Amino acid sequence: MSIKYRKNLLICSGSSCHDASNFDLMDFINVKLKEYGLDDDIQVVQSVCFNKCSIGPNMIVYPDNVEYSTITKSDIDDIIIEHLLNGRIVERLVYNDVNIISGTHKKQYRIALRNCGFIDPEAIEDYIEKDGYDALAKCLTTFTPEEVTQQIIKSGLRGRGGGGFPTGVKWDITSKSVAEQKYVVCNADEGDPGAFMDRSILEGDPHSVIEAMAICGYCIGANKGIVYIRAEYPLAIKRLKIALDQAKEYGLLGSQIFGTDFNFTIDIKYGAGAFVCGEETALIHSMEGLRGEPTLKPPFPSVSGYLKYPTNVNNVETFANIPAIINKGADWFASIGTEKSKGTKVFALAGKINNVGLIEVPMGTTLREVIYDIGGGIVDGKKFKAVQTGGPSGGCLTEKDLDLPIDFDSLTAAGSMMGSGGMIVMDEDDCMVAMAKFYLEFTVEESCGKCVPCRIGNKRLHEMLTKLCDGYGTPEDLDLLRNLSVVVKDTSLCGLGQTSPNPILSTMANFYDEYHAHVVDHKCPSGQCTSFLKYYIDEENCIGCLVCARNCPVNAIFGEKKKLHIINHEICIKCGICMERCKFDAIYIK
Amino acid sequence: MDTINIKIDNKNFQVAEGTTILEAAKSVGVNIPTLCYMHLHHLNTTHKPTGCRMCVVEVAGRKNLVPACATECLPGMEIKNQSIRVLNSRKTVLELILSDHPTDCLICAKNGDCDLQSMAQEMGIRHLHYQGEQSHYIKDRSPAIKRDMDKCIGCGRCLTMCNDVQTVGALSAINRGFMSVVAPAFQMNLEESVCTYCGQCVAVCPTAALTEIDHTKTVIRHLADPSKTVIVQTAPAVRVALGEEFGYDPGTIVTGKMTAALKDLGFDYVFDTDFAADLTIMEEATELLDRLTRHLNGDTTVKLPLLTSCCPGWVSFFEHHFPDMKDIPSTARSPQQMFGSIAKTYLADKLGIKRKDMIVVSIMPCLAKKYECSRDEFATDGNPDVDFVLSTRELARLIKQAGIDFKSLEHADFDKPMGESSGAAVIFGSTGGVIEAAVRTAYEVFTNQKLHKVDFEQLRGMDWIRESTIDFNGTPIKIGIAHGLGNARKLLEEIREGKSLYHAIEIMACPGGCIGGGGQPLLHGDSNILLARQKAIYAEDKGKMIRKSHENPSVKKLYEEFLGSPMSKKAHELLHTQYFDKSNPMKITKD
Amino acid sequence: MTICENNVAKIEIICKEFNYDKGELINVLHKTQTTFGYLPEEVQQIVAQNLNTSLAHVYGVVSFYSFFTMTPKGKFPINICTGTACYVRGAEKVLNEFKTLLKIKVGETTKDDKFSLSNLRCVGACGLAPVVLVGEKVYGRVTLDGVQKILDDYNES
Repeated sequence: MSIKYRKNLLICSGSSCHDASNFDLMDFINVKLKEYGLDDDIQVVQSVCFNKCSIGPNMIVYPDNVEYSTITKSDIDDIIIEHLLNGRIVERLVYNDVNIISGTHKKQYRIALRNCGFIDPEAIEDYIEKDGYDALAKCLTTFTPEEVTQQIIKSGLRGRGGGGFPTGVKWDITSKSVAEQKYVVCNADEGDPGAFMDRSILEGDPHSVIEAMAICGYCIGANKGIVYIRAEYPLAIKRLKIALDQAKEYGLLGSQIFGTDFNFTIDIKYGAGAFVCGEETALIHSMEGLRGEPTLKPPFPSVSGYLKYPTNVNNVETFANIPAIINKGADWFASIGTEKSKGTKVFALAGKINNVGLIEVPMGTTLREVIYDIGGGIVDGKKFKAVQTGGPSGGCLTEKDLDLPIDFDSLTAAGSMMGSGGMIVMDEDDCMVAMAKFYLEFTVEESCGKCVPCRIGNKRLHEMLTKLCDGYGTPEDLDLLRNLSVVVKDTSLCGLGQTSPNPILSTMANFYDEYHAHVVDHKCPSGQCTSFLKYYIDEENCIGCLVCARNCPVNAIFGEKKKLHIINHEICIKCGICMERCKFDAIYIK
Repeated sequence: MDTINIKIDNKNFQVAEGTTILEAAKSVGVNIPTLCYMHLHHLNTTHKPTGCRMCVVEVAGRKNLVPACATECLPGMEIKNQSIRVLNSRKTVLELILSDHPTDCLICAKNGDCDLQSMAQEMGIRHLHYQGEQSHYIKDRSPAIKRDMDKCIGCGRCLTMCNDVQTVGALSAINRGFMSVVAPAFQMNLEESVCTYCGQCVAVCPTAALTEIDHTKTVIRHLADPSKTVIVQTAPAVRVALGEEFGYDPGTIVTGKMTAALKDLGFDYVFDTDFAADLTIMEEATELLDRLTRHLNGDTTVKLPLLTSCCPGWVSFFEHHFPDMKDIPSTARSPQQMFGSIAKTYLADKLGIKRKDMIVVSIMPCLAKKYECSRDEFATDGNPDVDFVLSTRELARLIKQAGIDFKSLEHADFDKPMGESSGAAVIFGSTGGVIEAAVRTAYEVFTNQKLHKVDFEQLRGMDWIRESTIDFNGTPIKIGIAHGLGNARKLLEEIREGKSLYHAIEIMACPGGCIGGGGQPLLHGDSNILLARQKAIYAEDKGKMIRKSHENPSVKKLYEEFLGSPMSKKAHELLHTQYFDKSNPMKITKD
Repeated sequence: MTICENNVAKIEIICKEFNYDKGELINVLHKTQTTFGYLPEEVQQIVAQNLNTSLAHVYGVVSFYSFFTMTPKGKFPINICTGTACYVRGAEKVLNEFKTLLKIKVGETTKDDKFSLSNLRCVGACGLAPVVLVGEKVYGRVTLDGVQKILDDYNES
C-alpha cells in the first residue's frame, strides 16, 4: 500500500462481497472521490476476503482501521463526508460484532493469508513492498536447491490439499528424479463444496503462489510451472494472469531470474468441473487433455507425472506458505502448531454458524475456539450438533470433540480428516443420515467411473441412504451399509473412493441412534427427513386465504375461501412450500 | 535374473525381481482372480487399468488393499491373498458388478464363454446383497458387431484394442461415474463411426457387451430351402482354430473334420477360400510386377509401395483415416470376394444354376468380412457375391446345434473345382503369409527362374513391424510387414511423408493376422494360442504338394476357360475393386 | 452434419493458438465453448480434425467434465450452487421452486430459450448461502419468495 495517499480504502473484493453489492463499488467510490476532489488524496484498493462474507460488501479505512459493512450506494456519501472529510466515524455502518473484532483476530494467525486484504492483488509493487520475491531472491542467490529443500523439510510444512504429505520430502523426491524436463504444478482446482481458501489466496495474493512455484522449480530442477485452476473462478484467473504478466515484466519470471542462470515460466491450464481432478494423477491426465481418470500410484508424479516427466504437485495454500518460511526461517514456522502439524491452517467456516468466512489459525487450535470464539457460535442460538471437516472425504465431529486440538493426525484419529479445510457446522435441525446422503450424492456425481467400488459401490450406498431417509430402511440395511462402506474404502482406486464412505462411517459411529431411529422407530429425530412427517393445518390460525392451496405444486390442499383448509396426505409430497408461504403460522408438521 | 523373497499367505516364495504381485503369484502357482486385466504377451500388449479390483490383495504395511496386477513385488513383502478381508472385498465388489448387470446368463450369447460368469461361479455368488438402479442403453447393431452396453462391466479392454493397438478411435469411455460407458462419439451407432469392424474389441470383451452379429439362423434357413444351392468357402485361419471349440489343443489342424461337418450340415458344395487366395496372388503379384517394372524403368508416376488389400478391416481403415492414399493399395479384391464373384459367374454357369438360386456362405476368422460382403460394389443387381459370413465361433455353434459329434467325424476333402489350393494360399492366415505367397509367385515370374527354397523365414514371426529385402536375382526387393492397425498407421505415415523405402507392404488389421481375427475362438488373454495357430498354418503349408499359387491347376484352368490372363478386362471386372473416401468430412456451408 | 465456413475458421484459429496440440484439448474446448456458448457435435468434429485426434476421444472428454455442455443455454442461464453450505441453508428448496416456476428440469432450457437451469459446484460465496447465479449476477440468501422476484427481473426485460 502506498504511503503517498492520506487514506486507503480497502474494498473487500472477494466473490461474496463482490456479488453482494448490486453495483460496482470500486468504480462508484472512485467516481464519488473525484466528485469530492479527494482522488489525489485517497486511494481505493481492492483487496481480498475479510472473512465477513455474510455482512458484505465490506470496506476498511486505513490507517484508521475502521471497518464498514453492508454498505449500500447511499452510504458512500456518508462515509466520504463524515469520515474522510470530517474524521468522524460513521457508527451505524461500523461492524461491531464482538466475536470478530475482538475475538477473531487474537485467535487467528495469518501466514497463508498474510497479504490477503492488505495489498492490492493487481499491483506487484504492493507485494514487493511486503517483502515479496525476497524469498526467491534469497534462494537463488544464497542457497543451493538442496539447502532450500532442507529448510522446507525442517519447517515441517505438510500439504494443505488433503493428504498432508510433507512438502519438503515431496520436493526432495522430485529433485532426485533424473529427467531432461520437470514440472511444478499448482493445484488450484479446489473442489470441496464449502471450501474456497485457494480461490481467496489467488484472488488476494497471487504473487505469493507464483514466487513459491519458482522456488519449488529451483529446488526440484524444473523450469516450467503450470497452474491448474478451476474455470469457475474468473476473478482468480484474471488476477493470476495480471500477476503473471507483472512478474514477467519485472523479470521475476522468464530467463536468468535475479541474474542467475535459473529460468522459470508459468502457464495456466483450466479445470472443467471434475472434483476427482483434485487427485494428482487425475489432475495430470486432465492437463494432458484426457478424461480426468486417476491411475494407480506408484508411479508417483514425482517420478512420472505430466507428459511422463517428474512433476511436483502442491496446492495453492501449501505454496502460499513457502515465501514466509524462507523469509522468517524454518524454525519460526516449526514453532507454530503442534508436534506433527506445523504452521497454520485456513478453514472455510460455513453452515449454521454466525460468522461465515475464511479463518486462519495455528494448528492445534481447538474446535471450540474456532466455532465459538471465531465463528461466533451457532445461528439463532441453537444447539451445536456436529461439524463436518474435510468435505465429502471427511467425517463429522461432535460435542465430545470440541476441545480437540485441530491438526492432521488428531482429525484422522477422530475419524475425520483435514481435507482442504472446509468446516460445515450443523445444528439440532440437521439429520445426520440426510447429511451422509448429501455427501454421497456428491460423490456419485463426481466419481470418474473407472473402478467398480467407486462407480457402483457409491451408487448403492447412496441408494441405501435414500431408502433410509424415505422411511423404507430395515435394520439389516445398516449392516450392509457398513460392510459396503468398508469395502469401498478398502478397495477403491484413488482417494475419492477411499474416503467417500467416511461421512457414513463417522455418522454411524457418532449418531448410530439416528440411523436406528430411521429403521426401527421409523422416525427422523431432527425432523429433516420429511417422509416421516405429515403436514397439518391449524384450525385456529387458518383464515382460509387460499395462499397455501394456490402454491401447492401437487394440489393436495383443499378448501374454500375463508374456510378451514385440509391437506390430503395421499397427495402431499411434503415439499413444505405451504408452510413457507402461509403468513399465519397455520401449517405445522408432526 | 535376480530373485527376491516374499510371503504369500504365510508361505515363503522366491520370485523374480521387478515382477508384479500377480505375475509373481502365478509363477509360484498361486491364483489371484482378475477381470479387467489383459496381458497379450506375444503382442506386447498389457491392459491393467486396475479398475475391476478383483485382484486386490492385502500387503502388510499398506492401509488399503492393493491391486496385484499393477503392484510391484518388493523384497520381504508379506501378501495375503486369502484373508477374510480380501475374500469379502472381492466378493462384495463382484456383487456390485453383478448388481449392474443383467442376469440372463442362460440365454446370453456368451453363456459358457463369459469371464464374468466364470468368476461368479468361482466365487460362489448365490445372492446379490446390493441391488439398485441398473444401466440401460439402446442396443446397437452394425453389419458385423452388436453392442449391448447393459452388459458392459467397464473393464476397458476394448478401448485398449480400439485406441492403442488399432488406433482406430471408434470407441471411448464417455460420461462419468455410474453413467460412464464405452461408446462411439455422441453414442452414435457403430455403423456411423470410424469403426473398421476388425472385431478386436469383440475378441477381448469379457462379457456379451460386444459380440458378433449372428447369422447362423439365416444360414440354417437357406440350408433347408431346396430351391437354393448353398455353397460354402472356408478361410485358411479357421482350420487351425476351430478345433479349440471342441476341446482340441490350440494349433490342431482340423481341415478334414471341418469339411466333413460342413457337408453334414447340408452345404451343397464345400469349397476353400484358399482357391481364391491363389487367385488373389495371381492378380496381386501381377499388379506388383507391373508397378515394379514401370518403376525400375524410370516411370515416376507409379505408386509404390504396393499395399496388400485382402484384409477388409485394413481397407476400411485407410478409407476412413488415409483417404488421400486410397490409390496406393492393390486393387485386387480379397479372396472372399474373388471367390464370391467367380462362384456366382463361372461356377454358377458350370453348375447350370441361376445367380439368385445360389447362396454363398463364408466361414471366416473375421468380423469385418461380414461387413465386406455387404458393400455395394460387391453385388450385382442387389444380389451380393457373398451372401453370409459366419465366424469361426458361429460355425462351432452351428455344428454343436446340429448335434454333430465333431471329434468322431471322418476326414473329408474339399469339392472341386474351387476346393483346390496351394500352400501359398494357406499361409494367408498368418501375418506375413500373403506377402510370402506373393513373393513365391512374383519371383518366378520376374526372374523367369525356378524358386527352390520357398520358405521365406525372414518374413515370418510375430514382431509388430518386420522388414526384409528379397533378392530377385540381382534386384533387391524391399518388403514391409505390419499387423495390427496401429502399426499400419506408422507405415502409412512414413509413406505419406515420403520416407518409405518399401516396394511392397503386407498389412493385416488383426494382431497375428487372420489367426488372431475377431471371429476366432477367444484367447482369454493367452497369446500362446496365437503362436500355436501360426505354427499350424506353416505346417499345413509344408504338407501341401503345391506350394506356389501359379501352380494351382484349378486356377490355371480358370484363366484358360474364363478369365484369360491376370489383369485382363474380365479379371478387372470380377476380381478388382475401387476404394472410397469414408472420412465423412463435414459439409461446410457459406454461412 | 453441416457447419458454416466462418465457424470452421473460428475453431481453426483457436486450435492454432494452442499449436494444434491435442494435449491442449481442454483449453481448446474452453475457448470454443466461450465462442459458441456450447459444444455441438459439428464443433467437436472440427476440433477433433484440427487436433488430429478421434472424435470419440473429444466426446469422451466433453462428456466427462461438467463444465462442458452440448445443449445451448438459455438467454439467462440460472445456476444454483449446491455446495454444502448452500445445501444446509436450503438450496434444494430453492432449486425445486425454480423447477416448479420454470417447468423445466435441471439441464434443460425453457421453450422460449430464455432460462436454463443448472447445478453448480460450490462457488465459494458460502456467506451468502443459498446462492443463485443468473449469468454473472449473483443473488445471495435467496428465499422461496425471492425466486419469483429473481425471475421477474428478467421477465421484464
